[in-house]
Amino acid sequence: MLKDEDRIFTNLYGLESWRLDAARKRGDWDQTKDFIAKGRDWIIDQVKESGLRGRGGAGFPTGMKWSFMPKEIGARPHYLVINADESEPGTCKDRDIMRHDPQKLIEGALIASFAMGAHAAYIYIRGEFYNEAMRLQAAIDEAYDAGLLGKNACGAGWDFDLYLHRGAGAYICGEETALIESLEGKKGMPRLKPPFPAAVGLYGCPSTVNNVESIAVVPTILRRGASWFAGLGRPKNVGTKLFCISGHVNKPCNVEEEMGIPLRELLEKHAGGVRGGWDNLLAVIPGGSSVPVLPAEQCDDLYMDFDTLREKRSGLGTAAVIVMDKSTDIVKAISRLSYFYKHESCGQCTPCREGTGWMWRVMERMVRGEADVAEIDILEDVTRQVEGHTICALGDAAAWPIQGLIRHFRPEMERRIAARKGAVTAKAAE
Amino acid sequence: MPKVTVDGIEVEVPAGATVLQACEEAGKEIPRFCYHERLSIAGNCRMCLVEMEKAPKPIASCAFPAADGMVIKTDTPLVKKARNGVMEFLLANHPLDCPICDQGGECDLQDQAMAYGAGSSRFLENKRAVEDKHMGPLIKTIMTRCIHCTRCIRFASEVAGVDDLGAVYRGENMQITTYLEKALASELSANVIDLCPVGALTSKPYAFEARPWELKKTPSVDVMDAVGSAIRVDSRGSEVLRVLPRVNEAVNEEWISDKTRYACDGLLRQRLDTPYVRKNGKLMPVEWPEALQTVADRLRRTPAEKIGAIAGDTVDVEAMYALKSLLEGLGVASLDCRQDGTKLTAGPRAGYIFNSAIAGIEEADFILLVGSNPRVEAPIVNARIRKRWLTGKLKVASIGAPADLTYDAENLGDSPTLLGDLVSGKHDLAEALSKAERPMVIVGQGALTRADGAAILAQARALAEKVSLVRDGWNGFNVLHTAASRVGGLDLGFVPGAGGKDVAGILAGAEAGEIETVYLLAADEIDTDRLKNAFVIYQGHHGDRGAHVADVILPGAAYTEKDGIYVNTEGRVQLGRMAVFPPGDAREDWKILRALSEGLGRTLPYDSLAQLRQKLVADYPIFAQVDHAEGGEWGSFGTEGTVDAAAFAYPIQNFYMTDPISRASVTMAKCTEAFVLTSAADQQEKTGTHG
Repeated sequence: MLKDEDRIFTNLYGLESWRLDAARKRGDWDQTKDFIAKGRDWIIDQVKESGLRGRGGAGFPTGMKWSFMPKEIGARPHYLVINADESEPGTCKDRDIMRHDPQKLIEGALIASFAMGAHAAYIYIRGEFYNEAMRLQAAIDEAYDAGLLGKNACGAGWDFDLYLHRGAGAYICGEETALIESLEGKKGMPRLKPPFPAAVGLYGCPSTVNNVESIAVVPTILRRGASWFAGLGRPKNVGTKLFCISGHVNKPCNVEEEMGIPLRELLEKHAGGVRGGWDNLLAVIPGGSSVPVLPAEQCDDLYMDFDTLREKRSGLGTAAVIVMDKSTDIVKAISRLSYFYKHESCGQCTPCREGTGWMWRVMERMVRGEADVAEIDILEDVTRQVEGHTICALGDAAAWPIQGLIRHFRPEMERRIAARKGAVTAKAAE
Repeated sequence: MPKVTVDGIEVEVPAGATVLQACEEAGKEIPRFCYHERLSIAGNCRMCLVEMEKAPKPIASCAFPAADGMVIKTDTPLVKKARNGVMEFLLANHPLDCPICDQGGECDLQDQAMAYGAGSSRFLENKRAVEDKHMGPLIKTIMTRCIHCTRCIRFASEVAGVDDLGAVYRGENMQITTYLEKALASELSANVIDLCPVGALTSKPYAFEARPWELKKTPSVDVMDAVGSAIRVDSRGSEVLRVLPRVNEAVNEEWISDKTRYACDGLLRQRLDTPYVRKNGKLMPVEWPEALQTVADRLRRTPAEKIGAIAGDTVDVEAMYALKSLLEGLGVASLDCRQDGTKLTAGPRAGYIFNSAIAGIEEADFILLVGSNPRVEAPIVNARIRKRWLTGKLKVASIGAPADLTYDAENLGDSPTLLGDLVSGKHDLAEALSKAERPMVIVGQGALTRADGAAILAQARALAEKVSLVRDGWNGFNVLHTAASRVGGLDLGFVPGAGGKDVAGILAGAEAGEIETVYLLAADEIDTDRLKNAFVIYQGHHGDRGAHVADVILPGAAYTEKDGIYVNTEGRVQLGRMAVFPPGDAREDWKILRALSEGLGRTLPYDSLAQLRQKLVADYPIFAQVDHAEGGEWGSFGTEGTVDAAAFAYPIQNFYMTDPISRASVTMAKCTEAFVLTSAADQQEKTGTHG
């Protein structure tokens, strides 16, 4: 369990003031100027050494991502884009960072931008986060007033502007290239890759898109040292992580914990345990709606980190733990997620546009058992036809929950179909 | 040059090529819907997925840049399954209405479903239905069939340069539409019909007319403007049902203008299909011998200096040649092919053609438009300029009334005196022109048809000299014509001989009685009221202005009804081909003239088109260079003189009606109503209650 002194987000719950002076008392903006003085390479090396992996879901090493940016600033400026379009169902970590600890993000933005040679950074915030956007903008204004942003930011000799841009409420705009398109004023549709944003990104310039949490933890990593961060957690899955625990637990919460904490410990220590006790657990979606569901029997010794969950054919994703007890209609629950992906597909490429609607409609019938057993296989096949064949990962995200359901709860699906067949036959016999 | 291995075949592709191109290089066919070589890459249909070694999942070959050492597989089970999957998705919500779909028989989806489609559907849900959209008088929409490839959107915004098309909503509710359902306001709009891989966008005038396999397909060239676009004339029986583009990289790539495509229904209306002779003030149908005899008698009786002849804008070279030979034999000097009164002369060829050729636009880095609005005068040329402009390597400036050209052009003003300022160096743009690597000046007929056209031409030439438009391997002095027959006519020297009158002279002479007989070879773009005092022989195909004042009508053939040579604005000699026979008693024009010459006792020395062409080529070797744009010798042209300060006026007011064929076309009338008579803001579909 994470010791209190190892917490990065010390005001996660908003118990103290979010303002700049309070943040400074908590240690923010301490030594920032010195870090910048140490140069770009030092910062990137520190982040690499810390083993920080992207907190947006894919878990790509952050330091390596930064190092993809051109070393020299050429004819085109560099940009940092911070993805605050937190829309993954079950996920609410970035929201708390932005409303309670915004200076961590702002300071991280300066350091990361400097490390990548960007004089400007954009925070693309989810449109529904109105209050958070107001709060974050107030925090940015405070930082400007204090000379921490703008010309010669923080007195470190680096000109840096930070802009906040509100989205309009599309889930797909959390995909990095769709986010860039949206930021440019276009319809939020993912771009083809390659070229990757580090070569051709925002306005055609080298850009890096990072999650809020990935950026917000960087100043603390630099202050406390890469080895401190790397010493937490399990090999290759290090540091602290914000977990968002929702669903059938006694006390749903956001909590910062060590990476790789066992699921049971996480739920029982921080969320008051599963409603009705551990044995009442039916299933867990460990990383936000996109990752496959895991049944209770796989949850006993489950380390909450990228690699363990991948081995279990699920994923850590955004670490949004959705807990479902035995009262849950699991088919209905997954069907609801299918509806979400059908609704949020941008419509650009064929498999996702046509497949998400198809999968959702079949899922709806599965909920009622109005299907043939063979259709379970057809559904599985359709998810395979979507997975990996689309421009962005939304196709995969729509396919995985259904694959997880079929993998672990096929008997339940078959039971429903049989039950309905029986009911229909009985009705006919009357 | 990256080397790529495709299914074990090593191919070398140019840098910047895509995997799809590499696969094609290796002879592998890659199915696709959204990819089109002339549009930007969307990569959204996912039909072109292939397997790349070391990649975790299949890649979209159309979008993936080919890199050295890549190993691509196009025939693995994984690839086949991926393509079958995409096809299944495309068909899931696609209606099964092929039997009533106009795309049937030439549908990409139909064709590829044969290769990749499953025999039956696993999709048991209800199919999606989408409301149809209004896109104007040319494009019929059945949006339920749309597979969202976005080719139409990309064409409109990239090639046509109008941002009228777009997609609204998202996911499975995504719909292609025009903004507020206004008509697609581009002269190139109907190309989206060819681009649409399914039957979502089909041709409105051609709806339910025919199946592709019923049609006879004749490759030919267009005469609706001076570009000479390569076309395919699709006919059934005696009717031309539609005109489609053919690929000609040098001229039209694979686009054609809406007029080229749709004026063909004018070929069925207002046709002259029998000879007429005016008797007691009324045109009476007669047999050919009587008509020819009447003409021969008249020509024999009129002194040669009192005979004038004007050739129209869509006439083939052979007809002009035959008429010229015939009349010159009679000693007639008043011949002219310049109906619009352009001051171009039959002098050095470089002085009246588009010297850099249309493809040369893609090398130009500075273009000055003088009295020309290419968007209206030659939409295909305009599309080339836009294509070049989109690369960011071209600057455009214009002298003339400001117009929406679909690209940025610095408007210097509309006064011809600016040309003088450029020559004298008073205007600093001349410096930019001479500093440019490939400078180009495009002189339009708006500058040359004026009374001071010859002086303007001389100044344009002076400017060309000043900024060295003619340099190593480059001639940037370009004349943009509007008439398909014009360059051919000038090449032939169908201009007044010694002491002869030009068009204006013939018209004035007819009024004054100096000209008694006028031979109109399909010439309608003149003020025919002024010919009332003269005896008018009209040889042509439409009952238009010329026929109304005629005393004898000799029914000729339209461009789809004869084999003929046309020379486009670049000086490119091209062959038009006969798709259907002329209607009724109408005949190919050279044959009429050949028959007339016999009646006159001055039989022209050829009995077949082949013999005529042999003679033609012997006299004018330039016409032997078919499909070739022979550059011209630079020389002196234009006449020094004072330039009037009156602003340039563009020659074409209504793009959709410029000749007898398009004036007779119902579709062009609808376009005129939709785009010319109606303001752009009011191009929505008319309903019963629209006011």
